[in-house]
Amino acid sequence: MSARTLFDKVWTAHEVVAETRDAPAVLYIDLHLIHEVTSPQAFSVLRGLGLPVRRADRTLATMDHSIPTSTDQVFGNVPIKVDAAAKQVRQLEQNAAEFGVELFGMRDARRGIVHVISPELGATQPGMTIVCGDSHTSTHGAFGALAFGIGTTEVGHVFATQALLQRKPKTFAVNVEGRLRPGVTAKDLILAVIGKIGVSGGTGHVFEYRGSAIRALSMDERMTVCNMSIEAGARAGMVAPDEVTFAYLKDKPRAPQGQDWETACARWRTFVTDPGAEFDAAVDIDAGLLEPMVTYGTNPGMVIPIGGSIPAAGDEVFDKALRYMGFHGGDAMLGKPVDVVFIGSCTNGRLADLQAAASILKGRKVAPGVRLLIVPGSQDIKRRAEAAGYADIFKAAGADWRESGCSMCLGMNGDTVGSGQYSVSTSNRNFEGRQGVGARTLLVSPFTAAASAVRGRISDPREML
Amino acid sequence: MEPVSRVHSKTVVIASSNIDTDQIIPARFLTTTTKEGLGRQLFADWRYRADGSPDPEFALNRPQARGAKVLVAGRNFGCGSSREHAPWALLDFGFRAVISTEIADIFRGNSLKNGLLPIVVDESVSRWLLDNPGAEVDIDLESTRLTLPTGTSVNFPLEAFARHCLLNGVDELGYLRARLQDIERYEAARAW
Repeated sequence: MSARTLFDKVWTAHEVVAETRDAPAVLYIDLHLIHEVTSPQAFSVLRGLGLPVRRADRTLATMDHSIPTSTDQVFGNVPIKVDAAAKQVRQLEQNAAEFGVELFGMRDARRGIVHVISPELGATQPGMTIVCGDSHTSTHGAFGALAFGIGTTEVGHVFATQALLQRKPKTFAVNVEGRLRPGVTAKDLILAVIGKIGVSGGTGHVFEYRGSAIRALSMDERMTVCNMSIEAGARAGMVAPDEVTFAYLKDKPRAPQGQDWETACARWRTFVTDPGAEFDAAVDIDAGLLEPMVTYGTNPGMVIPIGGSIPAAGDEVFDKALRYMGFHGGDAMLGKPVDVVFIGSCTNGRLADLQAAASILKGRKVAPGVRLLIVPGSQDIKRRAEAAGYADIFKAAGADWRESGCSMCLGMNGDTVGSGQYSVSTSNRNFEGRQGVGARTLLVSPFTAAASAVRGRISDPREML
Repeated sequence: MEPVSRVHSKTVVIASSNIDTDQIIPARFLTTTTKEGLGRQLFADWRYRADGSPDPEFALNRPQARGAKVLVAGRNFGCGSSREHAPWALLDFGFRAVISTEIADIFRGNSLKNGLLPIVVDESVSRWLLDNPGAEVDIDLESTRLTLPTGTSVNFPLEAFARHCLLNGVDELGYLRARLQDIERYEAARAW
């Protein structure tokens, strides 16, 4: 058999029916993650047709998008302030109970952002197909899974059949060689990739991140990279599993245990791209040349090294983006004022991210007039960050330390940035209004976010490490 | 899904490229648990001013936009989140087709499942459409042809199965459920 890619191996292993010219493949789904925002209408379809969730054992529900992050609303007696969000939360509780789906509810110790909790439970495993009604499902590709976001109609398809109709995407090798320099993170790497290939450069493709720089990343870092594949247009991004992957998964509650562990590892080791396998497209990145990155516009492809200047005026759309941001072509990014700093999200809300922020914030204070909101990716990460002393560092610095959730990444739960305010954020999207009507978002790493919170201006974290 | 075979309508143009789903329907409106009524919030942050009144300058608010079923937009329409609320909002407003040089993967899939036609055209056709808002266009699904009022007629790519489903109003869920025996066989055969 000819040399095959990692993607091709996972895809083929899940073909119930292979695609033909006239019909897409029927692709089996191993794990279906759901949350409160994109599932209600799919449950309604099931109810209308009188159908059950066919494989509730392959379905896992949590609450993250619209859930409050203030402790008094989550654990106290204060009702959820956003009425519609409260309704959505109750609806998921009812749906999960009615259809027998396991739910990590609002006060469950295992709750968190869907793309954070599944890996930390060990539910995300190499070689799997994983879907969720959320575009950042690409995160799970860090384990060598084929994981992609779907719409609500497809959520209903998976509920009813545990399969999806899919056309086979093309493959795209993202080769990253060399070593990241101190202060340059996985977030900077993926922002640089998006800057290089553009926000639609990956459309129709699945990325495989390859090369020595990728192998050197921890699982938390690989998840950050895969998470933002969709920001370059690719529905999925994958990293071949290796010893780093296995060490992460070992003894996780839902990972194979005992004898099953060795059997699983042996199978997982086959999920690598064969030497000589061909990709439909490729890009090469030298990790050693990368700098901390910062976005200046209204999509993640509008990004430059932090010491750089905004490109001179481009077309009408480019100029509109700069007007929205209140920036001008030629402006330096360093020293731009900051109103709000958000550290969290499925991109950068894991323990390694909080550790990075703590390393900068330790013994320092948030600049006067700046609001720093730190939201852990899960309740488990919250407990671990508290045990490691990071939470105390955050609070001493003047940060607002919250319960887990998507929070200010998309502002559905009331955690928003004011109109015209500048938000330096470790999240994944700097779209107009993403963090609140009129909010201006600058995407950065946790290092850069923490450094900018301390100085009250866009700052190079390497001066503070 | 209702069968679709033809859309004949004037166009509305929003020329921006990379129009993401957060613009099409901002996240704060995703707290709904139904599909209905989202047209009111379509492009909410571009369509309404801070006081809630419609911005008369925005394309959808101009009198010429009334009744238009075809939206023409810049490159890479529908990028960003997987929210199906985006095609739901466009359909609820009255749109039946979106034309761009490039349409993001997840949005494209979601649109097809709801009967909103994602039409990809080349740079020159796109340029003409962007420069001629309100043009009467004809989209014929049977022949997969887009015809401009100038008489120019071009083919647009549409995957055979998607075209079949649209023309015949085939519900993909029904198609998948008809393969449940294959799915059961697959599950039984798998050793892991």
